[in-house]
Amino acid sequence: MENNLNATFEEHSKAYTTLNLGPTHPATHGIFQNILTMDGEIIVDSEQTVGYIHRAFEKIAEHRPFYQVTPLTDRLNYCSSPINNMGWHMTMEKLLGVTVPKRVDYMRVIVMELARIADHLVCNSVIGVDTGALTGFTYVFQWREKIYDIYEEICGARLTTNIGRIGGMERDFNKEVIAKIEDFLAGFPKVFNEFCSLLERNRIFMDRTIGTGPISAEKALNYGFTGPNLRATGVDYDVRVMNPYASYADFDFNIPVGINGDTYDRFMVRQEEIRESLKIIRQALNNLPEGKYFAEVPSFYLPPKEEVYHNMEALIWHFKIVMGEADVPVGEIYHSVEGGNGELGFYLVSDGGRAAYRLHFRRPCFIYYQAFPEMVKGSTLSDAIVAMSSMNVIAGELDA
Amino acid sequence: MGNLTNEAILQHIQSGLPGTIISAQESYGMCTIEVQPEKIVSLFQFLYNHPEMAFQFLTDLCGIHYPDQAGKELGVVYHLHSLVNNLRLRIKAFVPKTNPQIDSVSAIFKSANWQERETYDFYGIEFIGHPNLIRILNVDEMTYFPLRKEYPLEDQHRTDKNDSYFGR
Repeated sequence: MENNLNATFEEHSKAYTTLNLGPTHPATHGIFQNILTMDGEIIVDSEQTVGYIHRAFEKIAEHRPFYQVTPLTDRLNYCSSPINNMGWHMTMEKLLGVTVPKRVDYMRVIVMELARIADHLVCNSVIGVDTGALTGFTYVFQWREKIYDIYEEICGARLTTNIGRIGGMERDFNKEVIAKIEDFLAGFPKVFNEFCSLLERNRIFMDRTIGTGPISAEKALNYGFTGPNLRATGVDYDVRVMNPYASYADFDFNIPVGINGDTYDRFMVRQEEIRESLKIIRQALNNLPEGKYFAEVPSFYLPPKEEVYHNMEALIWHFKIVMGEADVPVGEIYHSVEGGNGELGFYLVSDGGRAAYRLHFRRPCFIYYQAFPEMVKGSTLSDAIVAMSSMNVIAGELDA
Repeated sequence: MGNLTNEAILQHIQSGLPGTIISAQESYGMCTIEVQPEKIVSLFQFLYNHPEMAFQFLTDLCGIHYPDQAGKELGVVYHLHSLVNNLRLRIKAFVPKTNPQIDSVSAIFKSANWQERETYDFYGIEFIGHPNLIRILNVDEMTYFPLRKEYPLEDQHRTDKNDSYFGR
């Protein structure tokens, strides 16, 4: 609908207005565009444009050795890169038929749950920001930084982590790591409780979020929702329980679900998941098994550097791994993990070559973001913005 | 939780929709079937409405290209999930590159909408009956389908990455 400047007042009040929300807009938290058709302040229709940061990861992955795909997965949902990394390592291990030691599983669980906390903290505190409460955001972000300090101690990186290897972790948890995780488990719950009391029963926040951007369980399933957004509608689908990976079956935790599938339920499901993640980390740390931190996969797991410098065989293996010269079985495989915002799947077709014949990433937010127009139709612009931030759409994952 | 097995799925489809399955195999525990492309919608409806199987969740939809399979170069791979049975099923349908057309399943699963657009964008597979089949991730002006195997990512004249050095 064109915005006619010469229209009379009468015509103006009847006409729809077209509003561009994005591509770069402070409220979209990423580069994607929504062209909204507005009747006054009510959204009549919206049309989405995505792909602004499309980097053709699936094409790139067909030309890279398998271990070089890990940095690509970092850049999908960059709020919880370790989960993506681990998901990819486990896909490769499943293809190769490798069983990793229990200790690796537990170490991975600790890192993945830390990543989940970081991811949910970003999303939930930003919902607060979009409703006008900046305090909680600045407060909990200090603790997200502490999670990043733990990553840094484990793998040397903070945001795009490239953590772990195919076959295990790159190094064992040292004393610093354990101490930092203990510090986090001791200090974070207190801060988190204060964050909860800022928002969870806050009258203004509840009025802004309850009943906005709702979706029914039936529709959510039809739209391919997964993760906290699906659980907010009342469906208890969680990959960690339905298809346990990395010894998740060993831990005792609950799957929180919502009722109405609105913004408040999505927020509350994430809040509860943070508490459950803390429980899982505590259990994993208490029961961390002794043993090796890697499996025997010489064609993928780099030998120790000292050996490479002094031992011929280790040098050959190192060379073969770095050049991507390892043999892989022919086959096709689908493996999924519970990512920060839903089921992150890897569909890998291998023809036995040095790179994947086809690798497809099932990116949860690419699939569920389609439902956004239906969720916000008839609501006000301010509600739509809160609904969008509660969906946890990450541009890197959306566009791959 | 039901007790559906991969064998039972095949039996159900073979008795309910005979002649649909071209071949079937099991790959890492997941039942994988190749089906006649023209029967894809009726198969999806059958799987969706079947009281015992209830494949009511479309996990994933993507394309694949095998340049050497004459007449069946382009494929669509669907991953269905039966949440009541917690069982997954992989369905493949191949179409010729000269006429890459297959019926859209977006009327059954709304989640297929963008995934079919992505598959069209990458491989040029046309989904008949799709409400808005335009490119989604690449620019509209693009004239080719970049994930097809004939489009190399890197400069193929490079000599420093010669596979023959590695016995290939």
